[in-house]
Amino acid sequence: MTRRAVARALVHLSLITAALVVLLPLAVVLLTSLKTSREMANGSGALALPDDPLNFANYLTAFRDGQMLSAFANTAVVLVVAVGGTILIGSMTAYAVDRFRFRFRKLVVALFLLAALVPGVTTQVATFQIVDSLGMFDSLWAPIALYMGTDIVSIYIFLQFIRSIPVSLDEAARLDGANAFTVYRKVILPLLKPAIATVVIVKGINVYNDFYIPFLYMPSEDLGVISTSLFRFKGPFGAHWETISAGTILVILPTLIVFLFLQRFLYNGFMRGATK
Amino acid sequence: MTDTTRKAARPDVPAAPLAPGRTEPAARRTRRRARVTPWLFLAVPLALLLTFTYAPIANMVAYSFTDWDGVSPELNWTGAENYTELLTRSELFEVFLVSGYYLVASVVQIVLALYFATVLSFDARFRNFFKGVLFFPYLINGVAIGFVFLYFFQDGGTLDSVLRLLGVESDHAWLGTPFSANTSLAGVSVWRYLGLNFVLFLGAIQSIPGELYEAAEIDGASRWQQFRYIIAPGIRPVLSLSVILSVSGSLSVFEIPYIMTGGATGTETFVIQTVKLAFQFNKTGLASAAAVVLLLIVLAVTWVQRRIVPDEKVDLV
Repeated sequence: MTRRAVARALVHLSLITAALVVLLPLAVVLLTSLKTSREMANGSGALALPDDPLNFANYLTAFRDGQMLSAFANTAVVLVVAVGGTILIGSMTAYAVDRFRFRFRKLVVALFLLAALVPGVTTQVATFQIVDSLGMFDSLWAPIALYMGTDIVSIYIFLQFIRSIPVSLDEAARLDGANAFTVYRKVILPLLKPAIATVVIVKGINVYNDFYIPFLYMPSEDLGVISTSLFRFKGPFGAHWETISAGTILVILPTLIVFLFLQRFLYNGFMRGATK
Repeated sequence: MTDTTRKAARPDVPAAPLAPGRTEPAARRTRRRARVTPWLFLAVPLALLLTFTYAPIANMVAYSFTDWDGVSPELNWTGAENYTELLTRSELFEVFLVSGYYLVASVVQIVLALYFATVLSFDARFRNFFKGVLFFPYLINGVAIGFVFLYFFQDGGTLDSVLRLLGVESDHAWLGTPFSANTSLAGVSVWRYLGLNFVLFLGAIQSIPGELYEAAEIDGASRWQQFRYIIAPGIRPVLSLSVILSVSGSLSVFEIPYIMTGGATGTETFVIQTVKLAFQFNKTGLASAAAVVLLLIVLAVTWVQRRIVPDEKVDLV
């Protein structure tokens, strides 16, 4: 019996250690963001508590000089348009592929399936030329188009879900004289709500966090999204860790709030996303 | 994932009414419209798919046989020269060694995730708290993670302070040597991605019916035997998915090393190198060849995985 107790204690110890390893680096950055530059200089160490726990001056600096406000605005625009577009594209594709039999249907499905295997990072060299030739380089359209156009995972989620909607519903609507578009808009889309919620969450977080695409396609400073704007802190704030920390916390905070409120959806959403 | 098999397995949907107009002795007009309608829905998605996925791949393969610099209208056919350059100039190929660090890290990551998933599926106390804590890093912005860990590994930063607290005096520059830097960065990658693997495993384990454990317990099976004979087979599809994600992930690491070190001190990865070749040194041809090589490797890995584990069973929802 004691052996079991020791094993239990060890398990708990491992869990607590893991929690510390996850939380400590974040907690220290939070502490640092509340310190003054003088406190940073006197070398009291990274773990020391800030003198004034309500010192938000660094956040102001990050907001003002780090252009975080326009970054959040740009991110919001990209997020809303790209996620909205993804929903339309994903649900339309799923509707067409699942509810109709037409020539080349298998080819279309295969094209979408195959595209999921191509990691986006590898093709950017050539994607860049296409985005550039479409005149979208250095505009918000570049990330919007790429997020909308290359998201196969969402199509999968919609496909999986649309199969569970009974075809008899479509037929009933058809008998009432609805055409394919009315069926899609009035029957399918409302019933896809859970799938839409999943896509909004998964896609939203992915777009919010993406660095690679805005970094490649939007070099202009006023087109910074939160990833690229935060990345630019590296230059001007070089050794000012208190400001960099404040910016970092500002970026993490919305994620934390979303996470706390939508935990359950998040687990399921990412599970669906990853297993396709 | 294979669309047709899933369809066949679905008993409740009669196949015929799916195609309105085919079974009914309908007018030709409806039949024609039924043939056009799906394409109206597919026009935009297909256009985007072709423009942003297939056209780039085709172009990339074409560029890889040229010496194009990405801007000038002039480009010359160079045959397989870019590929020979990639394979013979050792510094261009060395970046693959860096992937080794991440590959090892992902083994550690999968083992840890499996351990925590198993432990938390047995012991319900504080499960939601630990689940949340372990998963949260996966949701954090990559740049923010980069900065958190730049400060973590900094001289006199979080790690040094913790070590001092534990009585270890260290003035080791964690990001100073290639080995130490790559190990540290791979560690950050474990910190970041462990949560996803963990949640996937936990979901798979929890979808195993509880009676199986009870029956095993009555038969006197130990915890290890329960893991070996109940959990392990139950999570095989998810495990193989995690392996494939890890391998392709290790080959295409970009964010963390780019943000934290910019590829300095031997931390340059294949993708960082490709991005630099293409956008800093204007060697679009060579960069395309590199990207084609990476793409082929990733596809090969995926193909091998598909052969080993047929994927219909990867279905958690």
